[in-house]
Parts: sequence; structure tokens; C-alpha cells
Amino acid sequence: MLNRRHMLQTVLGTGAAWGASSLLPAWAKSSSNGNLGVPSLSGTRFDLEIGQFPVRLNGKVGMATGINGTLPGPLLRLREGDDVTMNVTNRLAEDTSIHWHGLLVPFHMDGVPGVSFPGIKPGETFKYQFKVPQNGTYWYHSHSGLQEQLGHYGPIVIDPAGTDPVAYDREYVLVLSDWSFKHPHRIFDKLKKNAESLNFNRPTLSNPTGLGGMWGQMRMSPRDLADVTGETYTYLINGHSTADNFNMVFQPGERVRLRIINASAMTLFNVRLPGLPMTVVQADGLNVQPVETDEFQMGVAETYDVIIAPTEARAYAFVAESIDRSGQAVATLGPRAGMRVDAPALRAVPMLTMRDMGMAHGDMAGMSGMGRMDHGPDTATAGDDMKGHDMGAMSMMPDPHGPAVQPVKIEADIERGPGVAKVSGMTMSRLGEPGLGLDDVPHRTLTYNQLRALDMNEDHRPPGREIVIHLTSNMERYMWSFDGVKFSEVTESIKFYEGERVRLTLVNDTMMPHPIHLHGMFFDLVNGGGHHMPRKHTVTVKPADRVSVDITAEHVGDWAFHCHLLYHMHAGMMQVVSVIPPADDTTPAEKMPAGQMNMPMDHHGMNHGEGKS
Amino acid sequence: MMKPNLAAPLLLGFALYATGSAFAEDTNQTPPWDQADAIYGEDAMADARRDVLAEGGDQKSFYILFNQLEAQMSDEGDSLYWNGQAWYGGDINKLWFKSEGRASLNGEGVDDAEIQALYSRAVAPFWNVQAGVRYDIEPDSLAHGVVALNGLAPYWFEVDASAFLSEKGDVTARIEAEYELLLTQRLILQPRIEANLSAQDIPERETGAGLSTLDAGLRLRYEIRREFAPYVGVEWQSAFGETRDMIKAAGGEGDDIVFLVGLRTWY
Repeated sequence: MLNRRHMLQTVLGTGAAWGASSLLPAWAKSSSNGNLGVPSLSGTRFDLEIGQFPVRLNGKVGMATGINGTLPGPLLRLREGDDVTMNVTNRLAEDTSIHWHGLLVPFHMDGVPGVSFPGIKPGETFKYQFKVPQNGTYWYHSHSGLQEQLGHYGPIVIDPAGTDPVAYDREYVLVLSDWSFKHPHRIFDKLKKNAESLNFNRPTLSNPTGLGGMWGQMRMSPRDLADVTGETYTYLINGHSTADNFNMVFQPGERVRLRIINASAMTLFNVRLPGLPMTVVQADGLNVQPVETDEFQMGVAETYDVIIAPTEARAYAFVAESIDRSGQAVATLGPRAGMRVDAPALRAVPMLTMRDMGMAHGDMAGMSGMGRMDHGPDTATAGDDMKGHDMGAMSMMPDPHGPAVQPVKIEADIERGPGVAKVSGMTMSRLGEPGLGLDDVPHRTLTYNQLRALDMNEDHRPPGREIVIHLTSNMERYMWSFDGVKFSEVTESIKFYEGERVRLTLVNDTMMPHPIHLHGMFFDLVNGGGHHMPRKHTVTVKPADRVSVDITAEHVGDWAFHCHLLYHMHAGMMQVVSVIPPADDTTPAEKMPAGQMNMPMDHHGMNHGEGKS
Repeated sequence: MMKPNLAAPLLLGFALYATGSAFAEDTNQTPPWDQADAIYGEDAMADARRDVLAEGGDQKSFYILFNQLEAQMSDEGDSLYWNGQAWYGGDINKLWFKSEGRASLNGEGVDDAEIQALYSRAVAPFWNVQAGVRYDIEPDSLAHGVVALNGLAPYWFEVDASAFLSEKGDVTARIEAEYELLLTQRLILQPRIEANLSAQDIPERETGAGLSTLDAGLRLRYEIRREFAPYVGVEWQSAFGETRDMIKAAGGEGDDIVFLVGLRTWY
């Protein structure tokens, strides 16, 4: 079996052959053309073995759990429209699974144990079969226990059936991840016992913000940016730490496509190439109108494809810095193989603000009991709802991006038990802001508001219902939940009705950004994009943020819905969305007003991939 | 043999525990989702569903902390002092143990040793209510019922307030409060007070009604790892009122300043 290191040597050793590469279509280029850096499998039938194997990182040996013996697992190079078979064999002593992140496959092929299938038992081979429904950059990973932290993830690149609107001479897949030599169960255990014990950027006597004032009163820390930090993690690019120097080569003048995947368990990354602007062309596998930037923050499970066009024959750094600036992974991009760039110094640790606490206006009114003020996206004046809503309650909140007719708003009361330390007094859309800590960097940063889908959205219907979900936590007890209810306490899934257009509004009552992922459907991000709303499988919701996404519920089935920070999901920040036929007898009448039954049901023509027509 | 005086806190503990169990077992007979059952079978999915739900917030963990494990040195003599706790359970319900005691390092044996076994229930984001029993192995094999409030007060003060009812009917209380001031990420100054109060005179324990003793200490530790932190410190240990008089009458000092060397460790 080829291991990653051997593969890499092959890549570098035969790098001189790159000249002929531009004659071949992208998917046919071999690794020696520099499009990979990870072992690659292509075709329509894939044999994947889940097992344990040793890996060497930073000169230390650790034990990984992963796919086909490499960290990350092999790149699966698929073609849009192909019927593929994935034979996944479990060589572990425990159950495993593979979830195809962002791929709109039938729900029983989605790979979430207990939700969409029973899981793969030790020794068993499970056959996933599906038609590749879209194209772009995606990834796959375990949805069992904490295996993802141990190396059970890999990239997927799907070449379009037609012409790729993105032109490039060379491409690299960059899988970002966080490796720990400590077992993930021990990490989770430590977080439960002493949630701040892995953070080594806490407030101190010389930097005392957080000890007193509102922070101290609320028992919240402005330095609570990441639960697990560089003290525990070695950050990786394609399985290489900074010391292991993942290498990319280019020729000056080439357009290089970087397919960047955040496959971390817990780490949001700030991505930049100092001295080299990036043009973002794809987000979460779907093409976006090109937008040039210098840095962006990517939530766990998000993917971004960027084009860079280095003209100088010098080495550039590709930097993936953890959100809390406690560590980074740096790769070298140079005109020759084997170059090593000087890693930039870690930048100053950012601080959370009153705004992140949802206290921007110093308004204390919302802090007591159930009271809170909800503001529609981009509006900070009208339409305060002072209470949690009963199921089915109506709200006449104005929304500049929303439909003329307001959807029925459904907001559950938050369970205010020991698991909910606070409810944000004031929340508003933060889609116009860059990632946490990036508002004062001396260059351009990407915001969600800048993203526009390249192709026009297929579904222009206004949402018939709005479901509001609060992201809730108590950091002190390391409890994470939706609406104050942990997954272990869930007695009923969230219901979407087949064919409906529904708005999901995510309100973050915690002090951390959460990359929220819904399986089987794309989020059309309500960011003022008109009919070019960017469509994402994972959206990062900032502290005190209020993000709305519109969803076309097309595929009947039970779909996992969760925070993609692994330990948050493990602590309970998960639910299931059941897409059910609207005629289903179990449909509670009060949740499905008669007016909503007349919605257009023609979703067969909808292309949920690139939206090509 | 259960003493009548212990019945109340024990009953309270069991009542709280029963409430907790009732919540824990309040699982709906209708599965929360079941569309995959038609494809993979009800039994296979039911098992997997139970597992995935349990893995979403119902984990149990075990914690043990020696907050103080130290040698105390003073003119009065040297002693070994410990103050620790351990718990097992989930987010809301825990079985919680506490132990505190002192042994002479001058060959005079164990002076005080107590252990508490409590049921602990999270009742608010930062607070636990606890109830159970305390048994004093030394000096006098005495049992108590315990009710306690334990948690994190605003501005990051760790607080533990316990009330005790002994099998002899004596009511006492103990309040512990501490703070962790990070001088650096690993060098931590911990001010700490422990006050003992009594509702009545307990002559056989040299305890008078009112505030009986107060210890105020400062410990400076270095966290080589978060779980392993040696420290040095100083503590003022003082007796008050009737207690002070009783100690003095027995030939002791009313207060003392001790120097400490110890280890704070947890797992």
C-alpha cells in the first residue's frame, strides 16, 4: 500500500513532468502534475478500509484511525453523474461509518449511524451506492464516536459533467486538520471536568479583561475562542505539520486552484498566503462569483476553492492559523520542489467583545429570565419580540431580504436549565463581518455577505415557515445544545415537509462560533444576494449572530443537523431534521397552516448541484 | 444503623435522585425519527438510535481532585493536610465525594479525617445542590447528615457551603471559597478561606457557638501540566470566641501562621 510519504516523494521526484499537464483535462492529471499531494482514487468503484495505523508527525509517532492507511484518507476523484459504489470495510474493533459531507445522496446512503443507517459493524463491509449528484470540492469522514479526530477523513473532488467555469493550470487539494497525540476521549473528558484546562490564552493579571465587569459577573471569558488549542493540537495540511512542510510547486504565471477543506475536529482556521491575493471561486462545493480577498476564516467542514496567480519565482507561505492563534500549519508553495518558506509569526490573540456576548448596546433588559430582543437581519430597530414563542406563534418582524408576506414563525421556548448559561440580550446578523479576530488585520478579509452564487438559484419561492433555533451552551459544564435540549434528551425531530421552502434562523446564544451543518440539503444564505444567494452545506454562526438560511426540502428522509465542532456535537449540539411528505397523517395541523399546502411542489426539475440548465 | 437525625438529608438525597432518574428515563416510546427503519429494520436501527442519542450528551465521567495535599509547618508542629473531592456522573446528576483531614508529622497520628458521600444535582448553570452523609473517622467516629450548595459565584469565586447535622443533634456549617488568579498561564495564585460555624457549643470538640475557626491562605502553584501543580503557600489559621477560649484553656494557641508545600493534582 502506498503511504502518504511515499506518494509525496513520487510527486516531488517527478515534478519535472508538469509541462505536458495542461493538455489533459483536470481529472485525468496524475499526481505528478501536482494536483494532489494526497493519494488518489478515481473511477466508479472504490474499496475503502477503515483501520488503525501508525503515523509520524513532527518526529513523533501516533496511532491513527483512518481510511486505507493514510492521513488524510485518499482523495476520491469522482465525476458528476456517475453511478458509484463505495465498499467500506471495517477493520476496527468498534463500529464505524462514512458520511459524504455535502453530497446530496439518498438519505439511507448518508452514513450517520442511528439516523440514516445502523452503522458498519467490525468486520463488515457496507456497500454505499449512489449517483454522484453534483460537482465541486467536498469531503468524507466518520460519523461514529470521535473517530474523526483520529484521522478518519479524506477529500472528494467531483469533476463537472460539462465544462468547468473555473479555468486553472494546476490544482492542489489542501486538507486542513487538527491532530492530537492525546486520545479524543481523554480530551472530551478533560473538557467535561475543567472546560478551560486546554486553553493557555486565558485572562491573566496583566491582561485582566474577563476577570471583572460583565465578563466576571457572567462567568464568561473573552479568551474563550477555542476549546482545544495548539497546546493539544498539531495542525496539519494534508497530514503535514509545519515542520513536515507540505510542498506545492507552480510555474510563475500559472493560475493555481487550491481546493481547501477544513477537516478539523475543532479548529476554525484563518487562511492566507502573505503577499498573494486569493480569488474565491467556490464555497462548499458550489461555484460563487469570483471575489478577491487576502484572508478568510473557515469553519470546520466548510470548503473554499481559491485561484492564486503567483508571478514571482519565489516561495510563498500557505498559512492555516487556528482562530485562537495558538498554533498554525504552514505549507510551502514555490517554483521548485523542496523549498521551505519561513513561517510567519503567530499574530496577537484576539479578544471577544461585549458584542460577542450579545450586549452591544449595554442593554441589560434582556438578561433576566426569558426576555430577549430579537432583531431581523440588518435591522436594529423594529420588531422586538420580548419573549420566547410558543410553537406556531406568529411574528410580524420586518426583514429586508425576506419575502413580502411574512412566513409563519416557529420558535420553541429555550429550556433554561443548568445547560444554558445565558441567552443573548441582543442578536443581529453578523454576515457582513469577517471571522472572529479578523476585523483589524491590515488587508482584505472575506465576509459571507460578499458571496454570490455563480448560477442563479433554482428556487425563488419565499419561505412558508421560519423555524428559529437557538444555539445554547454552558461552557463551565461543557454542555452544548439546541434550544437548551441536548441530543440525548431529544424526543422529537425537527419536521420539514417535502417540497416546502422553509427558513431556518440560527441564533447564537453562546460565546463561540459554531459551524452548523445540515445533511442532505443546502442552506441558501439570506445575505442580500437576491437570486444569487450562496448555497452552503455548513454555515458558521458567530457569537450573538442571527443567521437566516432558506432551504428547499426536497429529499424525504431523516437528516443529521449539528454543530460540526466534534466535541460540541458529542456534548449534545445535534438534532435530526425529518423531511416527510406533507400528506403524512402525523403532520400536526398547527404546524402546517392550510395556506402552506398550496405551495408549488414541482421540485423534480431542481438541480441541487451547480444549477446548470 | 441509620440514626433518626440522618433520615432527613438522606431522604432529600433520594428524592432528588429519584427526580433525576425520572427525568433520565422519560424516554418516549415513539422513536423521535424512524424513516431508516423501513430500509434497515427496526431492531438494527433501534440499537443504533439508542447509541447515537446516548453519545449526544449522556456520557458519564469520573473526576478526582486533590485541591490540597500539603505539608503544613509551624511552631505548633508539622502536619499533613488534605482536602479533595471526586465525582462520577453526567451533566446533571452526580455521585460526589469530599474528604478533608489532617495527620501529624510529629508521630501523633491522624487528628481529623472526614469523608462525605453526596448526591449532587445541577440546579442552575453554575450551582449544584448536594445532600448526603458525612462520617468523621477521627477524632470521634461521628456521623452527620449534609446539605450543601456548591458552584461558581459571579466573578469566578468557587464556593462550597455545607450544613451538617450530627447524630448527636449538633448543627454546624462550613463555608469554603477560593479564587484562581492567573499571574501567567501556568503560575496561579489561589487565595482561599475556610470558615467553620456552629449553632451550639460542642465542648468535646473544642467548638463554641458562632464562628469557630477561620483559615485564610494564599497558595502559589505552577501548573507543569494543568493536572499537576506543585505549590507553596502560607495560611493564617485562627479560632474565635468560645472556641478560642476552649483551645487556649487546653493549652493551645488561638491562632497560627503555617507555611505550606504541596501538590494540587486532578484527573
